Amino acid sequence: MNLKNKLLSSYLAFEDHLEEDSPIHDLKSKAIKIFETEGFPTRKQEEWKYTSLNSLLKADYSLAPRQENSLEVKDVRKFFLHDIDTYKIVFVDGVYSSFLSETTHDKIDVCLLSAALSKPKYRPVIETYFNKVAKEDSLTSLNTAFAREGAYIYIPKHREVEKPIEVINFSTGNEAALMLQPRNLIIVGENAHVQIIERHQSLSKNAVLTNSVTEIFAEKRAFVDYYKIQNDEVTASLIDNTYIAQEDQSNCRVHTFSFGGNMTRNNLNFYQNGERCDSTLKGITILEGKQHVDHNTLVHHIEPNCESHQDYKGIFGDASTGVFNGKVIVEKEAQKTDAFQQNNNILIDDKATINAKPQLEIFADDVKCSHGCTIGQLNEEAMFYLRTRGIPEKEAQALLMYAFANNVLESVKIPELKKRINKLIATKIGVSMGFDL
Amino acid sequence: MLQIKNLHAGVEEKDILKGIDLDVKPGEVHAIMGPNGSGKSTLASVVAGKEEFEIYEGDILLNGEDITELDPEERAHKGVFMSFQYPVEIPGVTVTNFIKTAINESRKAQGLEDMPASEMLKKIKEKADLLEIDRKFLSRSLNEGFSGGEKKRNEIFQMAMMEPKLAILDETDSGLDIDALKIVANGVNKLKSDDNAVIVITHYQRLLDYIIPDFVHVLMDGKIVKSGSKELAYELEKKGYDWIKEEVKA
Repeated sequence: MNLKNKLLSSYLAFEDHLEEDSPIHDLKSKAIKIFETEGFPTRKQEEWKYTSLNSLLKADYSLAPRQENSLEVKDVRKFFLHDIDTYKIVFVDGVYSSFLSETTHDKIDVCLLSAALSKPKYRPVIETYFNKVAKEDSLTSLNTAFAREGAYIYIPKHREVEKPIEVINFSTGNEAALMLQPRNLIIVGENAHVQIIERHQSLSKNAVLTNSVTEIFAEKRAFVDYYKIQNDEVTASLIDNTYIAQEDQSNCRVHTFSFGGNMTRNNLNFYQNGERCDSTLKGITILEGKQHVDHNTLVHHIEPNCESHQDYKGIFGDASTGVFNGKVIVEKEAQKTDAFQQNNNILIDDKATINAKPQLEIFADDVKCSHGCTIGQLNEEAMFYLRTRGIPEKEAQALLMYAFANNVLESVKIPELKKRINKLIATKIGVSMGFDL
Repeated sequence: MLQIKNLHAGVEEKDILKGIDLDVKPGEVHAIMGPNGSGKSTLASVVAGKEEFEIYEGDILLNGEDITELDPEERAHKGVFMSFQYPVEIPGVTVTNFIKTAINESRKAQGLEDMPASEMLKKIKEKADLLEIDRKFLSRSLNEGFSGGEKKRNEIFQMAMMEPKLAILDETDSGLDIDALKIVANGVNKLKSDDNAVIVITHYQRLLDYIIPDFVHVLMDGKIVKSGSKELAYELEKKGYDWIKEEVKA
């Protein structure tokens, strides 16, 4: 049975567990119909021209793990930002691990989506926000139909969360192949501040396919600082669908660090529903082997006087492939928009590939929009300069790659995380420098 | 120290250096002057090991050892240093971290341990003072947003830190005002000893008022057409290069 049919038939069994009058029951029924009609995306669709899911869909994925799996703290500690105190929402094979988590209901809610979906006191919030910004495309709908667990974060107005929140999805490899569909809902109230780190981490070489959906609502003057760390095993694939709705003067920043995994697709969507919003999308991608990362971004400027800043750097080694598809839409009403998009790529090896496609659709006449895209090799003059200073070729290359990616790191606001990413980059590039990279 | 014998080099079948002979002994300062396009910067780059240039004929010897086939970093480890006319910007890597890396990589190549941090710090302080470099400058990204003068001063600071046996200064005076020129020249003079040598490549005589050369060579169309004492530089400043062209023809 192919994966689509398997999903459709298991939905029937899954549906039996849903309460008839649950507010999300209708949503789920509608969502599974969309998936049934559209199926998995294929390369015939423009948005998926350079990324094929074909080989991923062949595995016989388990859709629900047979048993609850526990992990020892010492085995997974390194995947946490352990040098500082954080809130943690941890899932193991899609099941919440209270043992590894550190949640709270003290003034803010950092807990489970399943709790929010089932308890009456959260009903007004769920009815206002759940599935309200997510697109109704096939993969998001698939997630909507199946999702039963994920992070629920609610920050009331004027509240500044004093420590970062980590959302981590582990997969243990107890199943030969596992499909996960986490669903996160994040609501950041007026003038509230939050920092979130999201990570998907496989602990074995068994295949994992994650189809994740995250909805983020930033109310007036809210500040959301979001980091995605993608450094998974080469047998783990991720389709990340993130949707951000911004109100007046809110500021949302998403940094995506893609250093690992088999196939990673980032569908990152920003909707500026208020005036004077600020959106930042930055990424560093460093790939090797046959890894594939596809950044598919959308910034939808709907209201006037907003800004968006995109800066993606990619370094592609071996036969790795990258895609950058950055779409900026400026509606007629969105005058005085300032939209900036930058995408720079370095191909280290002859077999590495990048497909870059900036797409600007501008319907307003008084706007400042710019985009730049480069694909190249490391600067030879710079290499010569470093080598005349006694720095060997490989280290000189590393230094230049680091310099190339650096301005994306500058805006990382959590010092411990910045240090961690620096180390990851150094490991990725394969050298230890005479100082902390 | 440095012996260049009948050096022919160029890019893609185009000869730029057409038979250079040069003998630089420890303790000496040599100036290489010449009009634009005569091959001055190519000569500097070829000695430093730039792979873009092909050597068709001849040898480059450093203390008797043929270095023609060595990588730029290997030459650096043996004591060759080149100050760039256009130093490259490296965002995200501070001047201090860069120089630490450079020094420790050279030490590693010589089988030495990393320089202890306290010693490194002391040395950085000392050399920064010598070149009147502000401490704040050292924590800035290498050459990023530096003025022309700051870049050149930073080049000489790196030279001071690396203590090369042979320093080649490629157009170090370009883009410098007179005060910066004096500071840079003063730095070079203080670093000068009986054991090292300096080759100053310049278009103008101005720098040679401060770094006094023992020998002046005139490079034209890829060849050294005239050599002499520092007086030759004054003569060139006054009369230009045309009279030498005439002399060469005759």
